[in-house]
Amino acid sequence: MQSNPAQAKSLYPKPSGQSRKLKDRLVIILFLLPALVIFLLFVIYPIFRSVYYSTFDWKGLGAATHNIGLENYRKILVDAVFQKSVVNVIIIIVLSLVLQLPAAIILSTMVSRDLPGRAMFRTIFFLPYVISEVNAAIMWMLLYSPEPERGFINGVLVALGGSPVNWLADMKIVLFAVFIVLTWKYFGFHMLLYLTGLQNIPSEIEEAARMDGANSFQNFWYITLPLLSGTIRTSVQMSVLGSIQQFILVWVMTKGGPVNASEVMATYMYRFGFVRFQFGYGSAVAIIMFLICVIFSLLYRQLTNKPDYLTGL
Amino acid sequence: MQRIIPTPRWMRKAVPRFFQYLLLTITTILIFVPIVILLFGSVKTTGQMYSTPYTFPNPPDWSNIKFILSSPSFWRMMKNSLIVMAATTTLTVFLCSLVAFVFSRLEFRGKNWIFNLFTVGLMFPINVAILPVYFVLRQMEQYGINMIDSLMGVILVQTAFQLSGNIMILRGFFTAVPKELQDAAYIDGCTNFDFFWRIMLPLVKPSLAAIAALIMIASWNDLLVPLVVLNNDKLWTLPLGTMQFQGQYSSDLAIISAFVALSAIPTIIFYFFAEKQIVAGMTAGAIKG
Repeated sequence: MQSNPAQAKSLYPKPSGQSRKLKDRLVIILFLLPALVIFLLFVIYPIFRSVYYSTFDWKGLGAATHNIGLENYRKILVDAVFQKSVVNVIIIIVLSLVLQLPAAIILSTMVSRDLPGRAMFRTIFFLPYVISEVNAAIMWMLLYSPEPERGFINGVLVALGGSPVNWLADMKIVLFAVFIVLTWKYFGFHMLLYLTGLQNIPSEIEEAARMDGANSFQNFWYITLPLLSGTIRTSVQMSVLGSIQQFILVWVMTKGGPVNASEVMATYMYRFGFVRFQFGYGSAVAIIMFLICVIFSLLYRQLTNKPDYLTGL
Repeated sequence: MQRIIPTPRWMRKAVPRFFQYLLLTITTILIFVPIVILLFGSVKTTGQMYSTPYTFPNPPDWSNIKFILSSPSFWRMMKNSLIVMAATTTLTVFLCSLVAFVFSRLEFRGKNWIFNLFTVGLMFPINVAILPVYFVLRQMEQYGINMIDSLMGVILVQTAFQLSGNIMILRGFFTAVPKELQDAAYIDGCTNFDFFWRIMLPLVKPSLAAIAALIMIASWNDLLVPLVVLNNDKLWTLPLGTMQFQGQYSSDLAIISAFVALSAIPTIIFYFFAEKQIVAGMTAGAIKG
C-alpha cells in the first residue's frame, strides 16, 4: 500500500505523500470513532462501573457510600441459591452437549447431500430460532399447562394412559421442561452449523473411503466426524456460552421457580438487580458471570488448538 | 464387505431413505406442534379453548384477533418495534462496515489493540451486561442525557452489543475482496473513502444484507433491553407488550394465543422471505465470530 502514492503520482497529479498520509489518518479516525465511542460507552465503561459498584452495599438510592470490599463476592459464592443456579447451568450445558449436539450431527448428516427435499427440512428446522424467546416461552406454557383438558402434552399423556404432570411447577421436572424448550429453539441453529460444515467436506474423500471398503458407519466415524471437528468446536462453544447467559425463556416461563428449582445465573442477577434493587450485590453477580465467560472463552481457545489440517473445515 | 445374498439396488437405497424421512418427519412434527397449537388457539373462543383444546376450531372464531387488531396499543407497539428495528439495523450496519473496512484494509499504529478491544464484546453478552449497562444509562440521565424511557436508549444499547460480532463477520467478507482491486483503484486516483464507498460497499452488498437480516431479527425479538429501559407503556415494543399482556390475561389462554400469533407471524413471514440472507449471516457469524 505504501508504494501506491508514488505510482499514482507518475500517472496523475496527486497530492503529496505527506497530505495523503494525513488524509489516510483522517479516514481511519472518522471511520473508527463513532463505533468506538458507542462501544466504549455502552460496553466497556459499564464493566468498570460495575466492578466499582460491586464493592458497595448499595440499594440504588443516592450515591454508593458504604464500601464493603469483596464482601458481596463472598456472600454470592456461599449463597446456596447462587450455587444452585450454577449447578443448573452446568446441567443445561451437559444435557446440551450430550443430547442436543449428537442429535444435531446425526440429523444434519441425514439432510445433507443428495436427499430430495433437504432445503425444505432445513427451513423447517431453523424456524424456531427466529421466533422470539417470549413467544416461544408462551407457546410452550400453553403446551405445558397442567390440566389435561388444556395442555397438549398432558392431554397426550392421559390419552396414552399416563397421569398428568405439572411440568413447570414440579421442582424435579421443571429444569428438564425448560431444557426441552431450549432444545426446540436452538436445535436448528446447531444443525445449520453442521450442515455448513458438511458441505465443506469434499465428497471425493468419502467416496474414496467407500471404494476402499469402508461401510457407512466407518465412513462417518473415521472420515466425516474428524473433518467436522472445527464445526463441532464452534457448536460446543456457542452452546456453552448460550447456556451461561440463558435468561428470557426461563424468566418468562418460571421466573427461576418453583423455589429456585430452575434458577440460572442470569435470572439470579436480574432478581437481585432489578427486583430487589440490590445494585452492589447484582453488580458482583454480573462481574462473576463476565469472568466465567472470559475464562471459558480463553481456555477453550487454548485447549482446542487443533492441527492445521482440521481447522480449515 | 462380502455379501452372500446381494440386496437389490433399489432396496439398498430405499430402506435407509425410508428411515431418514421417518426421522425427519417426526422432528418436523415436533417442531410444528407448538406453533400449530398456538395458531389454532388464536382463532378460538375461551370456551372452545376448554372444550376442544387441540383441534382446529370449526368454524374459526376471529373475535380475539379482531379485538387485538382494533386496539391502538397493539399498533403502537408494532410501530415502536419497527422504529427500534429500523434504527438499530441501519446504525449497526453503517458503523460496522466503517470499522470492518479499516480493520481489513488500512494499517495504523494501535490497530491490534483496538481490534482486541472489540473482541471483549464477544465475551460480554447483553444478558450478562444488562445491569452494568443500566447503571450507565442512569448516570447519563443525571447528566441530562435522556436514555431511560426513550427509544434512543434501546437503539444505542442494542447497537453497542451488536457491534463486535458483526464487525468480525464483515471484516472476513471485506478481506476476501482481492487486494489487486484496491491497488488498481488507487492507481486510478481513488481515495480511501472513494474506494470504500464506490467499490467495497457495492461488492459486499450480499454480506451487508445477511448481517442486516440477522440484526433485524435480533432487534425485533429483543425483550431484555426494552424491559429494563422502558417503563412508559406508550413506548413498549411488541415483545415487551407480549410479556405484559401474558401477565395481565394469564387465565384467558385464547386471547394470549391470538396476541402471540399476531406478534410471531411477521417474524415467520420475514424468515420465509429472507431465509437465504439469515442462513448466510448465521453461519458466517458462527464460523468467524
